[in-house]
Amino acid sequence: MTDLAIQVENLSKRYRIGQNNPSRLFRDALINTVTAPFRALRPTSNGEPSDEFIWALQDVSFEVKHGEVIGIIGRNGAGKSTLLKILTRITKPTKGRAILYGRVGSLLEVGTGFNPELTGRQNVYLNGAILGMRKEEIDRKFDEIVAFSDIEKFIDTPVKHYSSGMAVRLAFAVAAHLEPEILLVDEVLAVGDAAFQKKCLGKMSEVAKEGRTVLFVSHNMNAVTRLCERVILLDSGRLVNDGLSQQVVKSYLMSDLGTTAARSWPNPASAPGNEVVRLYKARVRTESGQTSETVDIRQPVGIEVEFEVLKPGVVLAPNFHFYNQEGICVFIAGDQDPAWRNTPRPTGRYVSTAWIPGNFLAEGTLIVNVAISTMNPVIVHVHERDAVAFQVVDSLVGDSVRGEFAGNIPGLVRPRLKWETHYLENHQNPTLPSP
Amino acid sequence: MVIEPPKGWVLIDLHELWQYRELLFVLTWRNITTRYVMTVLGPLWGVIQPLITMVVYSIFFGGLLRLPSDNLPYPVFTFCALLPWQLFSRSLSIVTNSLVVNQAMMKKVYFPRLVNPIASVLTELVDFAIAFVILLGLMLYYGIYPKWTILAVPLFTLLSVATAFAIGLWLAPIQASYRDIGLALTYGIQFLQYATPVVYSAGTIIPERWRALYSLNPLVGAIEGFRWALLGAAPPLLTPILVSTFLVLLFLVGGLFFFRRMEENIVDVI
Repeated sequence: MTDLAIQVENLSKRYRIGQNNPSRLFRDALINTVTAPFRALRPTSNGEPSDEFIWALQDVSFEVKHGEVIGIIGRNGAGKSTLLKILTRITKPTKGRAILYGRVGSLLEVGTGFNPELTGRQNVYLNGAILGMRKEEIDRKFDEIVAFSDIEKFIDTPVKHYSSGMAVRLAFAVAAHLEPEILLVDEVLAVGDAAFQKKCLGKMSEVAKEGRTVLFVSHNMNAVTRLCERVILLDSGRLVNDGLSQQVVKSYLMSDLGTTAARSWPNPASAPGNEVVRLYKARVRTESGQTSETVDIRQPVGIEVEFEVLKPGVVLAPNFHFYNQEGICVFIAGDQDPAWRNTPRPTGRYVSTAWIPGNFLAEGTLIVNVAISTMNPVIVHVHERDAVAFQVVDSLVGDSVRGEFAGNIPGLVRPRLKWETHYLENHQNPTLPSP
Repeated sequence: MVIEPPKGWVLIDLHELWQYRELLFVLTWRNITTRYVMTVLGPLWGVIQPLITMVVYSIFFGGLLRLPSDNLPYPVFTFCALLPWQLFSRSLSIVTNSLVVNQAMMKKVYFPRLVNPIASVLTELVDFAIAFVILLGLMLYYGIYPKWTILAVPLFTLLSVATAFAIGLWLAPIQASYRDIGLALTYGIQFLQYATPVVYSAGTIIPERWRALYSLNPLVGAIEGFRWALLGAAPPLLTPILVSTFLVLLFLVGGLFFFRRMEENIVDVI
């Protein structure tokens, strides 16, 4: 019993759909309260607007021993973040329970409660207190924290004058010195430049080597297999696999749960879609027609979908939603093919491809959600989250936007633009002939 | 540590709150520091607001309308009431908004949610303390010297804060899902000010037979208490102030239960 760090038993969390709707008015609640006694009198057979619920987490059970480093993987919306939120006590479970043996620290987001008006020093104390550190503990580690963050010179400057990189470094330095017995890490943390990500991962493996327990939620399969010996796979709120990281990651990538460059749904009954249209294939392709997980930043890349229209006479537009690793929507591409815009489609198979030009995307992972919709009125027939994913790589040979620059380039896209330069005249030495 | 589904109606975990006392003080300190950062006058703003209100009231209610002021100089008469009144009204609105304002933090880290309203009230008490010094100066200017009764001031301050806190505990979780509360509150506070002897003296304005009912408003007790303790005015009626204090305590305990019950899933709703 004592060698356990985390014990999770039948943990479940139910959310009401639309609960976060900000337009909920007090009036509705009043009406609900007033009509509640009468509702029982009405027959409940039809038309009853019942609340809809989703289970973000359902009957999840597992145990973690002290000193284990466990990865949690799964697609977006699989329940990973909900699990972390419950383990950090931010929200309560609906059913089941979790027992944590030891002090819990979480890196769900660095810089929580950072106030731009306060100085770096003040923010260290504020942030430390929010994360649960005592004042004498912060006093003791203060120099270490500042040294780790590398901003000694600016520690008494208000944080609003920091670059975003500096603020994140300072925030991470505070969080990294929390020294919990159980550390919960969300990948969101890994926002930032490559050097910073490396620092995060380095700190995590350090924590693990010290024999502390780490729970690491990530999309990055390389990082997961490198850091964790054991991996838990969640899907639709359920625990579907729990075992050695290599095996779980491999089976995840092989199954249709993993997001890869090509996916297919051969079974018409379970393929994404409805009675109007079904999605059968989606893939990332190069100009030469090959499926490819990695794409040179200079080359065009095509997103190709194959779908079958089952009901004739409906106007359909495939549309792709591109998200980067941080979950930011980079852009949305809707079908622009003039032949099928506003044109009802006959039944049959279609292949649609959207071409993203070379020298447009930024480096990194892009995750594509595939949807097929009718625009007027809006009906979404197919919406497959994380349908395919690909990696944009920059070659460093010099003819991409990067040029000879080897450092980190921020930005959601990295288009190659047309530049013009006009040499007007030489003010320094007007006697020289201008070219 | 065991994490379990909400258990229903339980009292606030005072032991846990005590463990988070440092966060409480750090948040209070943050509120105070950030409120007046980037201002030239700084904490003086805590004083300027009641001072200006006092001047306006003195001109209109004291000077032009000649409202009764128990034979006390009108400025000091109304300023003495403005302190507990503004402590109440500002505490109430800041407590009501305390969950909404700190939602970003609550969604990322766990800490007892009650820390939010408590830190808000502590922040207001600091402003109150500064304004109180001004009140003492004003009294000396008019030649009013405090007697031993000044020792009762903390009690009436507590009554004013407790009233705001008790109501705020009910409103804050509701405000988290229905922002209507905050909008309605502005008017509620305005109306309540008329039912509170801030600009007039209750003893001469309110008909005798309504006096007891009127005095059930805990702020009537708090303000009359202030005037009695500091300016030597007639003391508040004993029975109504005891009854209203009891009602405030009931509200407070109920509010603690309600807040505790609502905080469980506040993050999912906010």
